[in-house]
Amino acid sequence: MTVPGLAAPPPDDEGAAPITVAGRLSTYLKAGGIVTPLITVTFAFIVGGLVVLVTGGNPFETYRAIFDGTGLNWPFPWISSEDREIAAINLQQTLIVTTPLILTGLAVAFAFRCGLFNIGGQGQYLVGSYLAVWVGSSFDGMPAALHVLLCIVAGCVAGAVWGGIAGLLKATTGANEVISTIMLNWIAVWTGFFLFGLGGPLQSDTDRSVPVSNDVFDGAKLPVIWGDAQLQGLHVGLFIALAALLVFWVLLNRTRTGYEVRAVGFNPEAARASGISVGRNYVLVMSVCGLFAGLAGSLDLLGWQFRVATNDIQISEIGFLGIAVALLGRNTAVGTLFAALLFGALVTGTSVRNLDPTVFEPALASNLTLIIQGLVVLLVSADIIVVYLWRLRSRRRRPPAGAERVEVTA
Amino acid sequence: MPGDAPALELRGITKRFGPLVANDAVDFELRRGEIHALLGENGAGKSTLMNVLYGLHQPDEGEIRLGGEVVRIDSARRAIGLGIGMVHQHFMLVPVMTVAENLVLGTEPHRGPLLDFKTAAARARELAERFGLAINPEAKVEDLGVGAQQRVEILRALFRGAKVLVLDEPTAVLTAQESQDLFRVLRTLAAEGTSVVFISHKLQEVLDVSDRVTVLRRGKKVDTVATADSTERSLARLMVGRDVLLRVEKPEHAPGETVLEVRDLHVADDRGLPAVRGLSLDVRAGEIVGLAGVDANGQSELVEAITCLRQCESGTVRVDGRDVTGHGALAAIEAGVGHIAEDRHRRGLVLQFDLAENLSLLEYRHPAMSRWGLLSPRLMAARARKLLRDYDVRGGESDTPASSLSGGNQQKVVIARELSANPKVLVAAQPTRGLDVGAIEFVHRRLVEERDAGRAILLVSLELDEIRSLSDRALVIYEGEIAAELSPSASEEEFGVFMTGGGRGQVAA
Repeated sequence: MTVPGLAAPPPDDEGAAPITVAGRLSTYLKAGGIVTPLITVTFAFIVGGLVVLVTGGNPFETYRAIFDGTGLNWPFPWISSEDREIAAINLQQTLIVTTPLILTGLAVAFAFRCGLFNIGGQGQYLVGSYLAVWVGSSFDGMPAALHVLLCIVAGCVAGAVWGGIAGLLKATTGANEVISTIMLNWIAVWTGFFLFGLGGPLQSDTDRSVPVSNDVFDGAKLPVIWGDAQLQGLHVGLFIALAALLVFWVLLNRTRTGYEVRAVGFNPEAARASGISVGRNYVLVMSVCGLFAGLAGSLDLLGWQFRVATNDIQISEIGFLGIAVALLGRNTAVGTLFAALLFGALVTGTSVRNLDPTVFEPALASNLTLIIQGLVVLLVSADIIVVYLWRLRSRRRRPPAGAERVEVTA
Repeated sequence: MPGDAPALELRGITKRFGPLVANDAVDFELRRGEIHALLGENGAGKSTLMNVLYGLHQPDEGEIRLGGEVVRIDSARRAIGLGIGMVHQHFMLVPVMTVAENLVLGTEPHRGPLLDFKTAAARARELAERFGLAINPEAKVEDLGVGAQQRVEILRALFRGAKVLVLDEPTAVLTAQESQDLFRVLRTLAAEGTSVVFISHKLQEVLDVSDRVTVLRRGKKVDTVATADSTERSLARLMVGRDVLLRVEKPEHAPGETVLEVRDLHVADDRGLPAVRGLSLDVRAGEIVGLAGVDANGQSELVEAITCLRQCESGTVRVDGRDVTGHGALAAIEAGVGHIAEDRHRRGLVLQFDLAENLSLLEYRHPAMSRWGLLSPRLMAARARKLLRDYDVRGGESDTPASSLSGGNQQKVVIARELSANPKVLVAAQPTRGLDVGAIEFVHRRLVEERDAGRAILLVSLELDEIRSLSDRALVIYEGEIAAELSPSASEEEFGVFMTGGGRGQVAA
């Protein structure tokens, strides 16, 4: 039954439709459009500001300092020549982080559109970087373009296999993809420790005392397109990520495959009755998700990391941030782009290097990023509440209007 | 009983849902001890009006008077307190509890801190006897049939002191015989002074049971008429706003080759219990074979087996000579099985898809619809526009989400999609379920047209009238077996006997 007062059911409605994640998302989009994500972010920033205030900082100065630290002030005319150079470097850093976030965001978004929740972006990202570093540090003397391509393909395939395992388990045994992808994350982490740890099969040949891989050869590194290659300038991977956004959009909205994926995401039963193989789509979608995340791993590796250290495996959270990116971006191409940019900027702006400790302690500020990230996920997961509040507001204002037919079950 | 203050009066009730006006200044008057039918198509606002009365919705305008006094009903609890009882379409009973326990739920009688079921059971028995409701208060609800569960719901309303009893489409789940039993109970209640509101969109039963009829159309009250002065035709006209063809005109048929051949089929249900047990049937080109039966006698499983949505234990399904048994839904579709699913929201449509996308669910595979795997939205929309025109779908364009159409128009979309794939056999499972008179007329006419064009049609329906008026041959299914083959002109009673498991041994399949 419907909850009285929460959402008035349309009159004489015969039976509620099956409600899937994708279904809820679509309802949400229609009800809120771009407004609700903005409310979500604003609210998260306000709460973050309160935290700053309580811990003795000035929220406005802090946010201003974080903003400057992201390099997003670079296009604005008020900064002078020296600041401008720093801003350029900061912006390069922001975009370097944005690049994998776009891809791990897509890895979650694509699954969502098929009614799946891919928590495994992190693992898929990691195995992508493992394969990329292995291929990149082998085959010395291969032509540069070919070597880069080979590394990227290897990373993509690794991610696709990692994701595909979860899809296959779901399709054949009905294993919940949330559980299996979490488990696969851990398998990926510990596989990394085994491979690159002291005495591991892929540990560095030159320095046997550090748990790290070999460096990739120069020929396998991605070209830097903005800034100084020695100072971690922006690599070409950003354009690959942007191309992936386009591929995502076309694949989902214009191809037979995407049509099947969306049908399965909205209503697997109806899709099945139309002769669509639901299981095949689960495998396919999870593989493509893994491919996106694996691509992210290989781009990071070939773009600026150049090696895998077990320490980094432990603290990396690009894959998990991708969940927040997809949720905030409403699993659309454009939304994912902006959400990735937001989180990329937050990560850079609150980093120890960029934030002046006299304004706000960077150690606290990076927690601020986590708080904002957590709030975004929480608020987006509680989408129904946002929609409800939104409708309540519009109903108060002008009684006979507002989006209806929001399905809520209890 | 003129002269008395009416038991209940609704005056100028207006209820809006966003831009939709579900009730527009509706007046409704219920006399003491009368059975008053509330008649209207789906979406006419019947349920909304009664939900306002029961405190589930607050009206935007208008007032409610009980026994002449204005009351405000802001919750179901308040409605119950005021003596208003409601029997919903979907029963709200706890299956594992006894009848008596269900009756007192929420108002548990107690002696000190201890529950006192004895008193409750005694009172229940007394009420049941007074109103001729055959119910054992100690029986568990899960062991009761649908009709008996409905009587428990009625009894519960009376137990809570209902003077006004609202029944929302009570016969939708009942057999003809159970409906008659229900009508008898309602008449007893009315004679004892209880006022009954009977919501329905079925004309015949409204004529059977009610004293007066109020007709709603698109949220507005059309008229209140005395049942004695009404006919099926006059009510249908009030309801739809135009003359409606109530009986299908059906020319003689000349069936051709056997298209669908089901042999000795065994199918298990979701719990793994046998649902279809050694069933065989044939459907030939150019005939409608009706499958009559009470709900849950294996119809759903049979349909799912034929459309290959469910695995069979044994037996074969052949379409046009091709064995499709267990080959998957795509194989069935490619062999030429069209399927009007019994639950269009669950299986027939992707509600969030727009109409062009829904209409392409079978056709998108066709090479002409895509190039190098890329679909052409332009082609899909153009095709959709043509189908929407051909099948007279109203209330939406090719880019309208399916969820915003009315039930009748949604069903037209399903039918348009299935027929446009030009299937050899069409399996129509309860194709008019939940539809209003106008939409039912459309579906029936369309099915007969398809038959005349040489399609084989298997019509599965719980509506005996539908089976009898549309079929060329009628089969009765009972507990997963064909209990009889009858002429569609056989009487309701004859059908009823086989539908309820009687007359076994005279089986002809």
